[in-house]
Amino acid sequence: MDVIEKGVGRIFTDPDADKAREFFRHKSRALVSKLTTVKEAVKELIKDGDYISVGGFGANRVPISVLHEILRQKKKDLGLAGHTATHDFQILSAGKVFNRCDIAYIIGLEARGLSPNARAYMQSGDVEVTEWTNYTMSARYKAAAAGVSFHPIRNMMGTDTFKYSAAAISECPFTGQKYTLVPALYSDVAVIHAHEADIYGNCRVRGILMSDWDIARSSKKVIITCERLIPNDEIRRDPTMTFIPYYCVDAVCEVPYGSYPGNMYQEYFSDEDHLREWLKVEKDPEAFKKFLDKNIYGVQDHFEYIERNGGIRKMQMLRQKEWLFRGARQ
Amino acid sequence: MADFNTMELMICTAARELEDGACVGVGTGAPCAAAMLAQKTKSPNLTIIFEAGGVAPLVPEMPISVGDSRTTWKACMASGMPDVMETGCRGMLDYTFLGGAEIDMYGNLNSTRIGSDHQKPKVRFPGSGGANDFASFAWRMMVMTPQDSKRFVERCTYVTTPGWINGGDSRAKCGLAVGAGPYKIITNMAVMDFEPDSKRMRIVALNHGFGLKDVEENCGFELIKAAKIIENPPPTEQELAILREEVDPYRYVIGR
Repeated sequence: MDVIEKGVGRIFTDPDADKAREFFRHKSRALVSKLTTVKEAVKELIKDGDYISVGGFGANRVPISVLHEILRQKKKDLGLAGHTATHDFQILSAGKVFNRCDIAYIIGLEARGLSPNARAYMQSGDVEVTEWTNYTMSARYKAAAAGVSFHPIRNMMGTDTFKYSAAAISECPFTGQKYTLVPALYSDVAVIHAHEADIYGNCRVRGILMSDWDIARSSKKVIITCERLIPNDEIRRDPTMTFIPYYCVDAVCEVPYGSYPGNMYQEYFSDEDHLREWLKVEKDPEAFKKFLDKNIYGVQDHFEYIERNGGIRKMQMLRQKEWLFRGARQ
Repeated sequence: MADFNTMELMICTAARELEDGACVGVGTGAPCAAAMLAQKTKSPNLTIIFEAGGVAPLVPEMPISVGDSRTTWKACMASGMPDVMETGCRGMLDYTFLGGAEIDMYGNLNSTRIGSDHQKPKVRFPGSGGANDFASFAWRMMVMTPQDSKRFVERCTYVTTPGWINGGDSRAKCGLAVGAGPYKIITNMAVMDFEPDSKRMRIVALNHGFGLKDVEENCGFELIKAAKIIENPPPTEQELAILREEVDPYRYVIGR
């Protein structure tokens, strides 16, 4: 296949499908319990230098407990998929745990504004970047999940987004039309928060999937946190509900309110006061350090974090807000 | 004439572009408000799509994120990003609204960086997100933005998202889908479209109280002028009432 043009960015992960097959050949298919704690899962499965993908959408159905634990365990030199990354990106930037990033969307928290700390980190020159878009990152996961080394897409051409990507432009052998080819993205570790899972790793999610279907299948290791554990019998009663099968998964951790302060579809809404405080406190380095000690470094786990931010009362209010019950508005 | 602010004016102008039966991909903020307003006024059968997977919701209040629960409230489908983008690439997405730190005479957008060192930019912005995707796939891309010469530049210092690229047929020559591209640019002062051959930005309407000179002084390049420049009709009492009472009662967007 002739390459017409190529981006100047670096590919941070190996797109070779045969190498990936060799890895997956030896990945366990055993139906065994993978139940563990967040602390153990992060310790055992995320190594310094690994490339990680975070499921969900920035501050919606995000595995906050794992992200905080990555900071507490002071992981370093990680690669990161900055794919619809918002509050997750803000957390990982606070710990400066990554040094290379595939960028689709970073720094911003959508309508909430931009993170001053994440922005400073990305302007420091300490993070190597390659540009993509939300869909092209989805397509990269799609290729990897399909076990092939690239995916054709019909955008990025003619822009600097292409120029600073690691994509290539080539021609369709059937029609002669130009397409951008994006390399498969096999992450070392994916971290995904689900509504329900059994101890083997069969997962259910309600609401939108973002790119998690493909992320779960294309990543070499997968850590699942879930709102609640359910029996395997329930999974087998209605297998149509399963969106990640057990053989993709390496660790299962039950973390109720695991997406807090983010939104969890039909469970609880995002804690906008807390997210506003994050953005505000970042402007003052001393205050930000204290804030991180209070909320991440100085706490044992996600429960303690929640207790320090309003506990079960706050959770109840956010549950009511999710369903737009009268009077629940902040 | 009713009293209104510039954000309300831009939203009402944008909402009128969305005809009944069309499909629009929106982000948070003003674009979402415009789509909601259109749905509650002249276009009840407008299909609203969010990039993270929300398909045809009855948005109950302003979403904070394009992936939050409001984007699937009473929706027809909770899908995912690949499906939404592929629907666009197949040719079923009629409109989208985008924005950026810079927009040029061909409607290209910059939402990535200022400064020439890509690995160490002077100012970093979020990047494409879904903008490059939506702009490539939607038949008609629109922008709502304040008229400002720092924003309206002759050539974007970095093109995150494609407009008409270098004008003429350059966009299609790049390989992007034929027939899709920038359509209308809506500002606090005027409405612009693109001259069909050169694909250069062209002023077609002025908002009440603004003259051609105002727009030219707040634009960093020469605008083509339509043969007849009309006055953009101001928001009606009914549009404003629905916008204020039903679309954005907490003034998240129109209070800015």
